[in-house]
Amino acid sequence: MSGLPTYATPGQTVWYYGFRIICGLIFFFLIAPIVVIIPLSFNAQDFFTFTPEMLAFDPEGYSTKHYEDFFTSSDWQLALKNSLRIAPVATILSVSLGTLAAIGLSQSHVPFRRAIMAILISPMIVPLIISATGMYFFYSNPYIPIPFYGKLELPFTLTGTYIGVVLAHAALGIPFVIITVTATLVGFDKSLTRAAANMGAGPVTTFFRVQMPLILPGVVSGGLFAFITSFDEVVVVLFVGSAGQKTLPWQMFTGLREQISPTILAVATILIAISIVLLFVVELLRRRSERLRGMSPS
Amino acid sequence: MAEQVLAADGRPLKASLNRALRRQKMRALMLIAPLLLFILVSFVMPIADMLFRSVENQIVGETLPRTVVELADWDAAGEAEPDAAVFEALARDLAIAVEEKSHTRLGSRLNYELTGVSSLFRKTGRSVDEIGETVQDALEDAAPIWKERSVFGGLLGTDDWTNAVDAWDETGTGPAFEARPEMQAVLPDTTSLYRSFTEIAMEAGDNPLTEKQLPIFFHVLAQEVTTAPTDGLSDAQAALFADVQTTVAGLTLDDPKALFVDIDEDWGSTDVWRTIQTYSPAYTDGYFLNSVDRLKGAEGAELRPENERIYITLFIRTMIMSFTITVSCILLGYPIAWLLANLPARKANLLMILVLLPFWTSLLVRTSAWKVLLQQQGVINDVLVWIGFVADDSRLQLINNQTGTIIAMTHILLPFMILPLYSVMQTIPPSYLRAAKSLGATNWTAFWRVYFPQSIPGIGAGSILVFILSIGYYITPEIVGGTKGVFISNRIAYHISSSLNWGLAAALGAILLAIVLIFYWAYDRIVGIDNVKLG
Repeated sequence: MSGLPTYATPGQTVWYYGFRIICGLIFFFLIAPIVVIIPLSFNAQDFFTFTPEMLAFDPEGYSTKHYEDFFTSSDWQLALKNSLRIAPVATILSVSLGTLAAIGLSQSHVPFRRAIMAILISPMIVPLIISATGMYFFYSNPYIPIPFYGKLELPFTLTGTYIGVVLAHAALGIPFVIITVTATLVGFDKSLTRAAANMGAGPVTTFFRVQMPLILPGVVSGGLFAFITSFDEVVVVLFVGSAGQKTLPWQMFTGLREQISPTILAVATILIAISIVLLFVVELLRRRSERLRGMSPS
Repeated sequence: MAEQVLAADGRPLKASLNRALRRQKMRALMLIAPLLLFILVSFVMPIADMLFRSVENQIVGETLPRTVVELADWDAAGEAEPDAAVFEALARDLAIAVEEKSHTRLGSRLNYELTGVSSLFRKTGRSVDEIGETVQDALEDAAPIWKERSVFGGLLGTDDWTNAVDAWDETGTGPAFEARPEMQAVLPDTTSLYRSFTEIAMEAGDNPLTEKQLPIFFHVLAQEVTTAPTDGLSDAQAALFADVQTTVAGLTLDDPKALFVDIDEDWGSTDVWRTIQTYSPAYTDGYFLNSVDRLKGAEGAELRPENERIYITLFIRTMIMSFTITVSCILLGYPIAWLLANLPARKANLLMILVLLPFWTSLLVRTSAWKVLLQQQGVINDVLVWIGFVADDSRLQLINNQTGTIIAMTHILLPFMILPLYSVMQTIPPSYLRAAKSLGATNWTAFWRVYFPQSIPGIGAGSILVFILSIGYYITPEIVGGTKGVFISNRIAYHISSSLNWGLAAALGAILLAIVLIFYWAYDRIVGIDNVKLG
């Protein structure tokens, strides 16, 4: 619908504008809570609301002290470092395994395709608290079940270790990789690989020189989803990790639950900036992928 | 018979094709296998482990093996407490458990079923080594050999075993106890008790031959020696037995039953014993009964007292609040999706950013935003006071209750409703609406009879997704929900990290998982998991 026709009745006009106002309010509801954080994070006071100085746009009312606090506090810096140590490794793990599996799943004639897909997607569907509970039990005392023998207990524990948290986060990121890469592969023209094979390329060359560049946008956006899943994850890391693996969301969570400090708003603003960047990268990739697949970018 | 068609290599074409198909399947599976294995180990097995823990109850049978056997015949419905043999068995089990310090764990476990058992076990554990002291003192006075710490090891264990223990460097697994066959035959109970003792000592890296002997050994020895046949024993052993018999002859042995009842009269009542008997099997449905506000009584499952029923209320509240959140997401998401689907692509893409930005923003950022906004001194209340909607002294209570949870979670989950709705609405041709109107339908009829039915798949997909996600939410309710606005997940987390009732947490988790899987299955049937779209 483009604009209002000239013959619209008054009722239609009211409805037309009324509907837009309703939509505007809903958009406001969606975006305002996020936007309002940004000015509040520059509050010169330790308040969580706009001070009279701020409303009068008095420079005195604004300061970057909460940001300074974030960049000088050892707790926050450790949390940031941990997040940056965990998320990329978990992402690499889920992207490499996930892409291979998505290629496997996209072949014709995959036995038990539906069941396999259901299992691979399940980390996204199972509530985090349940995954966290299970991992907390199992990682603290991992074992291999052997039929008719019992369980072979492994001589190490994964709770409270870096590896444990990375494994858990990789598992949580996999559904996103599978979904995005599978979606890209749906539009993949199989005759291209056949053409490559016809010209003498081996399966490995075909994969890296022909298939990979074409599905790369899907792989990267899957990777971004996996990254944000790990970077933003708090429940599992709370259960599986220990103080040594305290991540940014963990620190925010404890901050919100116990003594709420305005530094959280500064961190939140930084995270919003990161998500804006990610959003644009994903959007660009989506358009590129559509172009590559011969669809017109919408 | 028609001639078989042959492939280039001379095989029948059919076989050749079958082989190619098989290889293709294998290749696909080989590509999937690493990830499948990874998910099985890092995700599926933990879940299975949790399900197992919701019924697992081996701790009672493992900590009190002898008591459980003796108690099996006791009539729990009757008024009488168990007979002396049960107390005798308990004295032995507890003496070993105290050595292993596992009696406190068992106490906490049984305390979930009967309040007070935890302190009862701890109290009893402190005094249980009094049993056997009478005999120990008498024997030590009679012959100095009984003062030696290796006396039971030398008496009951083979020479090979004692030598191996002497050579053991107290790291790793120690040499497993080997009983002298003749002693095993004559003193079975003492031997079995000593065997448990050696296992615990060596587990802790201690040499059982230099550890202090437990008084309970003397107690059991005194009981067995009086009736033991001496045939098959060497002369030295027989002489030793005779000495013990004469020393013990005049003594009154400690009475475990009297002692236990003296420590705490609860041992004389039937409640504690009934609880131990009820939870002695290795697997129990007790945690699940607890999850639905029931308990194992003398005659099967019965409802808990009124003031202890919380879980059914909590499950119902979780469902109702998830449902409310889903409905508000539909109400808010539908107009937005409709607008996006009907605007020109350029404008729609621009507005789409307003939906995708919250979607990409950290959950904790959004939760902290709501925590900040909804406070009594927060921005929303400030604005309401400023426009004069509420008085300054009667600011709205928007946080730490159900309102807070519903508002914040509707905001967080709204993109999950808009995105599937939008992708369905995009496929509805606008000409249908125009056709309906040209046939005389009013705007409302055209929408309700033509457009809305076609958008139902989108509503279905979005609703199930939002419902599944919201029913298991933990972070947001924890922060903005207070006590009234929390979900079942918060209770699970509480049992894992605070009350340490892991079995109950696992059972609650299993029920929640079952509910989610039902909806997941429905989602798969209606939408298909392959069709989930992100962004």
